[in-house]
Amino acid sequence: MSLRGKAAIVGFYEIPTQKEYPDRTTFGVMAEVARGAIKDAGLRKEDIDGLINGEGVNSITVAEALGIQPDYTASMTTHGSSGATSIATAAAVIAAGLANYVLCVFGEARPRSSSRMVGQAQAKGMLPPASRATEWELPYGPVIAMNGWYGLIKQRHMFEYGTTQEQFAKLVVDQRFNAAANENAVWYGQPVTEEDVLNSRFTNDPLHLLESVMPCSGAHAVIVTSAERARSLPNDPAYILGVGGPATTHDVIWQKDDITTTPVVSSAPTALNMAEISINDVDMAQFYDCYSILTMACLEDAGVSKKGEIGPFYESTDTTYKGDFPINTDGGQIGAGQTGGVGGGFRHVVEGTRQVMGRAGLRQASKSDICLVNG
Amino acid sequence: MTESNANVSLKPEPRPEVPDLTMPFWDAAKRHELIVPRCTPCNAFFWYPREACPTCLRSDSWDWAKVSGNARLHTFTIVRQPLHPGFQEEVPYAFAVVQLDEGVRMMSNIVDCDVIEDIQIDMKLEVKFDDISDEWTLVKFKPA
Ligand SMILES: [Zn+2]
Repeated sequence: MSLRGKAAIVGFYEIPTQKEYPDRTTFGVMAEVARGAIKDAGLRKEDIDGLINGEGVNSITVAEALGIQPDYTASMTTHGSSGATSIATAAAVIAAGLANYVLCVFGEARPRSSSRMVGQAQAKGMLPPASRATEWELPYGPVIAMNGWYGLIKQRHMFEYGTTQEQFAKLVVDQRFNAAANENAVWYGQPVTEEDVLNSRFTNDPLHLLESVMPCSGAHAVIVTSAERARSLPNDPAYILGVGGPATTHDVIWQKDDITTTPVVSSAPTALNMAEISINDVDMAQFYDCYSILTMACLEDAGVSKKGEIGPFYESTDTTYKGDFPINTDGGQIGAGQTGGVGGGFRHVVEGTRQVMGRAGLRQASKSDICLVNG
Repeated sequence: MTESNANVSLKPEPRPEVPDLTMPFWDAAKRHELIVPRCTPCNAFFWYPREACPTCLRSDSWDWAKVSGNARLHTFTIVRQPLHPGFQEEVPYAFAVVQLDEGVRMMSNIVDCDVIEDIQIDMKLEVKFDDISDEWTLVKFKPA
């Protein structure tokens, strides 16, 4: 069964992504965006009969906190891609008749120091449970956060394809330009130059600080329903034409055969085939961007450029919201911030919806009928 | 130095999730021997060690095999901000994916060289055992 056109996003809401929401709670910000998205869709809370969230908090706990009694509920556990995966799952759930109005909600409000507490806890002897990582990774001194793993991929991409630091920097410059026009972005009004990127310190060579996301607090939500129901609601629906993935063979990067090739190499063709379009029909892309290298490798694997040629593509293409092929028009995670609770990837869903609905305001791209989103 | 300060400088030793399964590897490393799992019917090495061979999913089909210790550098990153504060004194150092000549890839460090100047992807490596304590020896690599 194809999901083509069976479901649509009919409402969205987000709060600004900030370094922290010191006086808020995760369930508080989730409630705020859930309320906003339900209202935006022209629905009442009582209409919501499906609930999907990210990993870390169980969806039943979220349902309890929000006072929702869903017929269908699930937590997505595909790490950063959980946000995009929630839309594929919601479309399938609706097509199967398991629920009529699915709320997808992602977010987190936490003190900014919480990720650092992992290292502090280890230093104090409060160790995490023994795992594959405590045996095969930690004794060799991995880098803080995910920086190390993406440094490994970037190094290999530069080796295999000759991708340059300037080409990576161009992605950051374009996305920070977009973020500068997004009042919900953590870097709102703060564009950067290529020199700024290249002169920022190496978190770990060859990865610069400005090529990396900043972990933030915030929240985003959308409502998904059937195409039929969508037509009687106030917003122009953003139809879900095709989905693919999660398509992965590994959890850690050192278990992957070809580390510069991403799962998008199979998920994008699946999604495009279902949509009955080719990559040439796509007007814009909202692609997961925890680090510049991941976005660039994924864009190659989706066919936006040939494999290994994403560097020259960025060099010759304006990817801002004003450009020929806009990418991450809200600034992406690099420009707008990485919402906790695996909400970072969900921002791409929200911005894709905003653009397709024609509600992106100042950042509205000239052509935005078909948007390819990668979580 | 207070006790908590002393702990901060301690690097994490390996902590096996299933010691019965993987201690043969660590015992061999203490003898300065490198062994990895090899499945007989599949005729394939695999890494990391796990109960069932990831190719045929059988638990009784593999054994430990001694390997050459020769390898190539698949990729690496230079660490400046370690996850664990115990490594802070060693920065910058190389955190690397190493591909053994037998085909499997493992995380390790590249040592005995200038990590900024001397390391390149695809360079030939050989195993270098690092006795970090009386109990544990880490499998590291150096330029061949
Ligand atoms: Zn086997």
